[in-house]
Amino acid sequence: MDGSIAAILAQDGLTTGAIYALLGLALVLVFSVTRVIFIPQGEFVAFGALTLAALQTGKFPLAIWLLLALGVVAFVMELYALWREHVRLVPAAVLRAAIHTMLMPTLVLIASLLLPQGQWPMLLQVAFTLAIVVPMGPLIYRVAYQPLASASTLVLLIVSVGVHYALIGLGLVMFGAEGARTEPFTDLRFSVGALQVSGQSLAVIGTAVLLILALYLYFERTLSGKALRATAVNRLGAQIVGIGIAQAGRLSFMLAAAMGTLCGVLIAPFTTVYYDSGFLIGLKGFVAAIIGGLASYPLAAAGSLLVGLLESYASFWASAYKEVIVFTLIIPVLLWRSLASPAHDDESEE
Amino acid sequence: MPLALLVSAALAAGAAQAQIKIGVTVSATGPAASLGIPEKNTFSIMPKSIGGKTVEYIVLDDASDTTTAVKNARKLISDDKVDVIIGSTVTPNALALVDVAAETETPIISLAASSRIIEPMDAKRKWVFKTPQNDSHMASAITGHMADAGVKTVGFIGFNDAYGNGWYDEVAKFADVRKLKIVANERFARNDTAVTGQILKIMSANPDAVLIAGAGTPAALPQKTLKERGYKGKTYQTHGVANPDFLRVCGKDCEDTFLPAGPILVASQLPAGNPIRKVALDYIGKYEKAFGAGSFSTFGGHAWDSGMVLERAIPEALKKAQPGTKEFRAALRDAMEKTTDLTVSHGVMNMTANDHLGFDQRARVMVEIKNGAWTLVGDAK
Repeated sequence: MDGSIAAILAQDGLTTGAIYALLGLALVLVFSVTRVIFIPQGEFVAFGALTLAALQTGKFPLAIWLLLALGVVAFVMELYALWREHVRLVPAAVLRAAIHTMLMPTLVLIASLLLPQGQWPMLLQVAFTLAIVVPMGPLIYRVAYQPLASASTLVLLIVSVGVHYALIGLGLVMFGAEGARTEPFTDLRFSVGALQVSGQSLAVIGTAVLLILALYLYFERTLSGKALRATAVNRLGAQIVGIGIAQAGRLSFMLAAAMGTLCGVLIAPFTTVYYDSGFLIGLKGFVAAIIGGLASYPLAAAGSLLVGLLESYASFWASAYKEVIVFTLIIPVLLWRSLASPAHDDESEE
Repeated sequence: MPLALLVSAALAAGAAQAQIKIGVTVSATGPAASLGIPEKNTFSIMPKSIGGKTVEYIVLDDASDTTTAVKNARKLISDDKVDVIIGSTVTPNALALVDVAAETETPIISLAASSRIIEPMDAKRKWVFKTPQNDSHMASAITGHMADAGVKTVGFIGFNDAYGNGWYDEVAKFADVRKLKIVANERFARNDTAVTGQILKIMSANPDAVLIAGAGTPAALPQKTLKERGYKGKTYQTHGVANPDFLRVCGKDCEDTFLPAGPILVASQLPAGNPIRKVALDYIGKYEKAFGAGSFSTFGGHAWDSGMVLERAIPEALKKAQPGTKEFRAALRDAMEKTTDLTVSHGVMNMTANDHLGFDQRARVMVEIKNGAWTLVGDAK
């Protein structure tokens, strides 16, 4: 290996590392707020990429129907909850439930029917993709997790596995078995010394950095960000001071879905994405999140870069053992974490 | 007396609807879905009666999972009492079915490619047949083409599974004969998002040609990376990529790539004298009528060919025994083994007791990707 190969591999590793960082951060966010180990995080990557690809080839993105179905189910569940609480349905409450669950799906459907077919500018395509996939996050929370919000971490993990399989199956129905690739954002390439830098990987790294900054500001400077942090620190305390647990859960799922979808949009131009691609990508983000102990954002981000670089160099040295090397990383990390921090029981926290 | 009448009436009714039951297990979901779906579709256009008997196809999905494939096969045999099983799509599943076939004495026609499914011939594999070409057919075509084009050194990158490893073994076998040197041997996974490391390593060995052994659209990634890194040599793919989705995903980066394939891929370009042309075009016509223009894939062709083998063998077996019996299954097995001069969509079959595929060099052609379409190389008489 000479210098230029090392540099190319580093560039590659940093690009994938940035993707894993976004996913790792999303996993940390969801876990700290809701105690859900969000295995389906990767599905948003695949859904985002494939929905964008469908839009670019002028096909009707079938994911809209999934969004609509989720909205209807969530609405019915809300109605049932209202009915159990008040026995009769208060119109104002029904309206609020409808806005929470059905508004976005309906708007998206109407928009997809009204907007002209054909080539849209890239930014509009990306925005529309986000509008289709991101609302699925809070709706999935409402349908699958909210009824069990106070269950143990293990139960929530099992729900996650179920949601993951359901979404994978729906992904196959909606997008088909074959993969897709989207058009590049930019064909820009320039060389720094011996290294060819592609605009595409700069776009990925740049977006990741911007997003991490935005998240930081959101958690530090805004009320809802602080509410999320409070819920993560102490759920009961947060509830006592008037922060809605369900609201915080929905919000964290929305952010996670947004980060996942954005990852999908970012990687779709330089790799072929399949309906089931998301799982492995999400799993590597999970390794990164584990490095951060599922609690620390900076450690998770650093872990992601480590995973990305390790993967890139491993694919050069020993391509047949690449995945083994990446996932084996988790063992020394777990050892170190269990030695470094005193044992604590997950369930006794509350 | 009334009881006896009832019984004989029931028997008569049974005989009247005496059907031939064909059990099918294909991987219509899971990682091999892009192969399994056209196979599954093909069974819906297959003949509904053979040798004067109605035929029922019971199609199950094994989700590309070995355990499910075995479960499906056992269910088809014990519950549905099928006379023959077709499947499964991928090699691990097909290998697992070999034991089931031997144990229950049910003939199986595999749609997976590995030669290990039918070789070496033994008491178990006696019951197993297959329709896709062996990898060695394809590997000999590729290495032959390389040698003719003056290639001396080859870089190999394959799937990190049985497909990639099997291909590496086959190519390594032929490399000596064709005076080729394999200078790099790398692996990648179907869901990998980047193969830059592997490609850089291959390119640092500076081979005359690179062979990418992957199936379906994932095989486009190494090729795109090669282009991106400015590789100037020849690129070869395997027949695993021969579906329209690969062309869609790979786009202009796959121009001038060579691959071996079953003749059905370029059926309309085959010379009029080639008997395969008519059979292949017939299948493509029927398939596209049902599932839309441009929708056929070579994998569905394997399923169609399994049907053609049965169409030839079932009338022979019917002379010896009635469907639904152990004797019929044995007779069917014997008849299939005697398949001679059967032109199918992928070649011409001449089976023997030792060769349960029976293809020769007519079963593969070299194809080049030109202007985003498959183009026949050579004359393929």
